[in-house]
Amino acid sequence: MTGSGSCDKTDVSQHLTAQLKNRVFSERAGTMRLVILDDYDLASEWAAKYIRNRIIQFKPSADRYFSLGLPTGSTPYGCYQKLIEYYRNGDISFKYVKTFNMDEYVGLPRAHPESYHSYMWNNFFKHIDIKPANAHILDGNAEDLEAECQAFEQKIAEAGGIELFVGGIGPDGHIAFNEPGSSLVSRTRVKTLAKDTIVANARFFGNDLSKVPTMALTVGVGTVMDAKEVMILITGAHKAFALYKAIEEGVNHMWTVSAFQQHPRTIFVCDEDATLELRVKTVKYFKGLMHVHNKLVDPVLSIKDQ
Amino acid sequence: MPSNRSVSDAPITQFINCRILRDHRLQREDLWVREGRILDPEKLFFDEQGYADKRVDCEGSIIAPGFIDVQINGGFGIDFSQASDDVSAGVSFVAKKILEHGVTSFCPTLVTSPPAVYHKVLPQVKVHGGGPHGAGVLGENRCVRPPPEDELQSFPELVLTRSSICGPFGAGGWSGSQSVVRELCQRSITCHSVANLSQAEDAVQTGASFITHLFNAMLPFHHRDPGIVGLLTSDQVPAGRTVYYGMIADGIHTNPAALRIAHRAHPSGLVLVTDAIAAMGLPPGRHTLGQQVIEIQGLHAYVAGTKTLSGSIATMDMCVRHFKQASGCSVEEALEAASLHPAQLLGLGHRKGNLDYGSDADLVLLDDALDVKATYISGEEVWRKGP
Repeated sequence: MTGSGSCDKTDVSQHLTAQLKNRVFSERAGTMRLVILDDYDLASEWAAKYIRNRIIQFKPSADRYFSLGLPTGSTPYGCYQKLIEYYRNGDISFKYVKTFNMDEYVGLPRAHPESYHSYMWNNFFKHIDIKPANAHILDGNAEDLEAECQAFEQKIAEAGGIELFVGGIGPDGHIAFNEPGSSLVSRTRVKTLAKDTIVANARFFGNDLSKVPTMALTVGVGTVMDAKEVMILITGAHKAFALYKAIEEGVNHMWTVSAFQQHPRTIFVCDEDATLELRVKTVKYFKGLMHVHNKLVDPVLSIKDQ
Repeated sequence: MPSNRSVSDAPITQFINCRILRDHRLQREDLWVREGRILDPEKLFFDEQGYADKRVDCEGSIIAPGFIDVQINGGFGIDFSQASDDVSAGVSFVAKKILEHGVTSFCPTLVTSPPAVYHKVLPQVKVHGGGPHGAGVLGENRCVRPPPEDELQSFPELVLTRSSICGPFGAGGWSGSQSVVRELCQRSITCHSVANLSQAEDAVQTGASFITHLFNAMLPFHHRDPGIVGLLTSDQVPAGRTVYYGMIADGIHTNPAALRIAHRAHPSGLVLVTDAIAAMGLPPGRHTLGQQVIEIQGLHAYVAGTKTLSGSIATMDMCVRHFKQASGCSVEEALEAASLHPAQLLGLGHRKGNLDYGSDADLVLLDDALDVKATYISGEEVWRKGP
């Protein structure tokens, strides 16, 4: 560089910093981020910090709730634990947050320990200050399942749409219960579960396949695509192939998470193990961007400072 | 947060920062109460979209179901077997004082007395719920000498369904009274100080379910005739039935080694009782109680001027602490011996002696040393330890 003194260098670095800022917050340009952390705990923490910052920056109030889409399962468990910790420390409140869960089994009693209602109560709702009326989960025991699905879509619309939809990925690349072959423009509906999914879930029902529910209510791929931002959590080697199919191959209804390649604002948060089936080039590229990604969670905000 | 419910307007209390005894273990969970009963918070959240009106910070305490004392003869100078004109005042006085020991329900006990005493005293003992006035009375517990068969019909009508039968102990003491036993068993739970194991097993099969203060006032264990003690491991107990046995765990009336043997042989039947006499709760020194002069030294109550024990004066919480320390059992087991087991014995396990949803919110808050910090009945604080 043929600069002539320290003044030039300061101008350049200020200019670069401004550009970096724009890169991070450029919503209209469309962003796909692959955030890779070393292990499950760090991935959970990054995701929780991101959710925390998004809610606090939004400045939710009684007139303007933050709508959050939520998943269940072992992947988001660590993220929920961190969010509970932040609530207990007084850094975040869920008082003005509305939540919409992705799915629920059909025909499973709500109080059953494996229902998604039980999961959300025990792993999240009972520990935080969310108002019960703002926690929405599909009712798998509704008299009219189709009406229940339509009502759910209606509630999302009334809430002004979902600001951030957090999801996971199945080993077969599904999002929520949008099994391979699901329409990529689907809405909330009743789905019959794929054999893969039933087998994967058997471990929660004493390994007795006959006890696993065979149907579920689920948000559609289209429903999640309507959200302003989508964050998918993917951890563990058993999800690696699905991640490869979702981001390195084309958009395909057999791997429904691939639909988010066409969403304007997507983040995939993973651990090392989940990247095992990706090309070295892909992983190196996104790891090289971690300093940019980390600006989204550093500094981490707190309501105590407001 | 204000509460919001469609099912009931009653206020909801949430106990936080506590460890509760549920499913036989201490768990870090909040306890929710509404209308005097334990509430299911998940149902409240999803079905009623409701939440707590009031939060009570337990500062890390243990919450156990309130203690239930099925055998207590009096205390604080009151003797339940005294045929006085104002028995209920005495019962109420003791009921109020034992809240400090974590006892939320009890059975005032009458020692073996002439029938005239029962006729006078029993009608004055009423079953009623507990509250700020004192622990609830679940029924009375009386020791009776079984009458001859022809007197059975005129036997003082059992006011309630709890009764203990202490018979003469000695071989042959029970001949001919099997039908009496059966009749009394049908009307109550009974205990026997019968002579040998097969008589005891017979009694259990007829309906008896409780052994009063194991080891005391019965023939000692013999390896060829275990006597009543053998009931703890008897294979003649009908399926689905449990034989319960009272233990006075004050460290004096039962040697700790004997306590351990009983506990290890049959842990689920152990019921802690105080069997407290009128001198319980009185300060050290001499006291004249009825016809007797009692001398209190520490945990011992002697007939004045002698080394003869006149009865136990340990409080229920002392018994729980001593039982845990002497038997080496877990905190959960010690607490259940004073709450769950007596409730099961009395057939009240569906609403007392546990913290299951729907059960009465009779609670005792304890620190890790199992000292009582506060007592609640139907979700209302009825006693709190001063600073």
